[in-house]
Amino acid sequence: MTSTALHDLGVAQLAAELRERRVSAVEAAQHFLARAQAHQNLGAYVAVNPDITLAQARAQDAAIAAGTAGPLAGVPIAHKDIFVTKGFPSTAGSKMLAGYQSPFDATVVTKLADAGAVTLGKLNCDEFAMGSANENSAVAPMGFDAPAPVRNPWATDRIPGGSSGGSAVAVAARLAPAVTGTDTGGSIRQPASFCGITGIKPTYGRASRYGMIAFASSLDQAGPMARSAEDCALLLSAMCGPDPDRDSTSLDVPAENFSAKLNDSIDGLRIGIPAEFFGEGLAPDVRAAVDGALKEYEKLGAKLVPISLPRTQLSIPVYYIIAPAEASSNLSRFDGVKFGHRAKDYTDLVDMYKKTRAEGFGDEVKRRIMIGAYVLSHGYYDAYYLQAQKIRRMIADDFQNAFKSCDVIAGPVAPTVAWKLGDHGNDPLADYLADIFTLPGSLAGLPGMSVPAGFGEGGMPVGLQLLGNYFQEARLLNAAHRLQQATDFHLRRPEGF
Amino acid sequence: MALTPQDIGRIANLARLELTPSESERMLTQLNGFFDIVEQMRAVDTSGVTPLAHPVAAIQDVALRLREDVASEPNQREANQQSAPAVERGLFLVPKVIE
Repeated sequence: MTSTALHDLGVAQLAAELRERRVSAVEAAQHFLARAQAHQNLGAYVAVNPDITLAQARAQDAAIAAGTAGPLAGVPIAHKDIFVTKGFPSTAGSKMLAGYQSPFDATVVTKLADAGAVTLGKLNCDEFAMGSANENSAVAPMGFDAPAPVRNPWATDRIPGGSSGGSAVAVAARLAPAVTGTDTGGSIRQPASFCGITGIKPTYGRASRYGMIAFASSLDQAGPMARSAEDCALLLSAMCGPDPDRDSTSLDVPAENFSAKLNDSIDGLRIGIPAEFFGEGLAPDVRAAVDGALKEYEKLGAKLVPISLPRTQLSIPVYYIIAPAEASSNLSRFDGVKFGHRAKDYTDLVDMYKKTRAEGFGDEVKRRIMIGAYVLSHGYYDAYYLQAQKIRRMIADDFQNAFKSCDVIAGPVAPTVAWKLGDHGNDPLADYLADIFTLPGSLAGLPGMSVPAGFGEGGMPVGLQLLGNYFQEARLLNAAHRLQQATDFHLRRPEGF
Repeated sequence: MALTPQDIGRIANLARLELTPSESERMLTQLNGFFDIVEQMRAVDTSGVTPLAHPVAAIQDVALRLREDVASEPNQREANQQSAPAVERGLFLVPKVIE
């Protein structure tokens, strides 16, 4: 092994070291398991199972020795605890699923394992992926007896973002070289931005939702989070592909090698700058970092093109109608009958449902179920849910209009850097409003990224959001990679990690 | 058009959620705050616009598939029931539903 510590290597470098047998998959797994434990005060991991991890690692060492290794052979990764996994608890951050053991693996988990990745464990997240700060998890992190905050390694009194908060922290603190996340309204991009790492959400329908505990089915997408675009491309290539028998919304679009175009020139690339993303709600420190990244792009030969996404503001009510409506339907399966929590005392079946759900769900989940049940109820469906679905199409059309004059769209991921733990505590609306820049791309189902672009207030990381047209993941990763060849923000590390 | 405490009770019943009186009160305030920001959406003229369900349908037809109606999964009753709250002789136990 070289003198560089294992946790300083990215996925691409680590995969090469493993292939060349300068380090074994078992050594790599042990190294990261030890780091996960040493830094468990961050609250990133909710479960590990060293027996399973090391058995997977030994199998990969054998595959490497036999010459049958996949592209990610022996690379340790961890999964957001929204993906169901055999052998590790699958909780979705909810008391409702405390200790739940899935009889099967999510398709994304299987595909990454088929590529040779080794599972280190499960990562903390907001309950059923509902949240923007990871403050809604009801599960005790590894090493804790009760739920505890997930802490941003750049400043441990700050939130990591959400809902894939544990995922972002694990990468930023070098507790895993890469992880999975899910993005419904920004849950990959926003924590990636807040923790100074790289994350991509593919086009809706490219990654199978089978085994991803459902929040909002027409929005949920899986994606990788890692330190660089190059590493994200390696994981995304393994994660995507049709799953026709298991996910009815999975698209018949073949898997793709997303690494192939990373180094293409971006000379002449037209980057659309939506005026609505740079208005008065944007903090000056975030704006300065984003402007700096855009200047780098100009130096690389890209052209900045002013565009308009006129319904950006409307994406907040539209999203917060559609997502809770779908959530209220999806979460009706948690009734205490076939799996999960069941209340101890009840009078009859309906009382059992009501008490089970009252005990098993946290406040934010209950709020969204209530909103969803209301907007789908008789007399309100047309005025709320259907109206939101119609404006959703107008928002998607606005993007198609914008892409006539640009190749990718760039802007901030979030209006501010990561806030302090507890700052939005009693005001759920504050979290909703902070999602404004990620929601439009989610509603349109477009691929989107967060790429480290600099630092703002308190030395906290700032991400640049890149949005592409449908199926343009390779172009986004190319644009992100070229920026990362010219800057070193993605290589910076929080002190002490 | 603000929600009333009766509305909260009705929705909670539809959603099969038991709310304590203080939870109901908080829920009323928070939902009314939420529906204030929804008002801007209701004013948008959407006549003639088709609702968008699968986002990629914005650019191409997306057909929802049906798979063949054949059993594809092996029987793994024990694995499927290992996280069940109450099981007896391979059956899920629930409170009496028929008198």
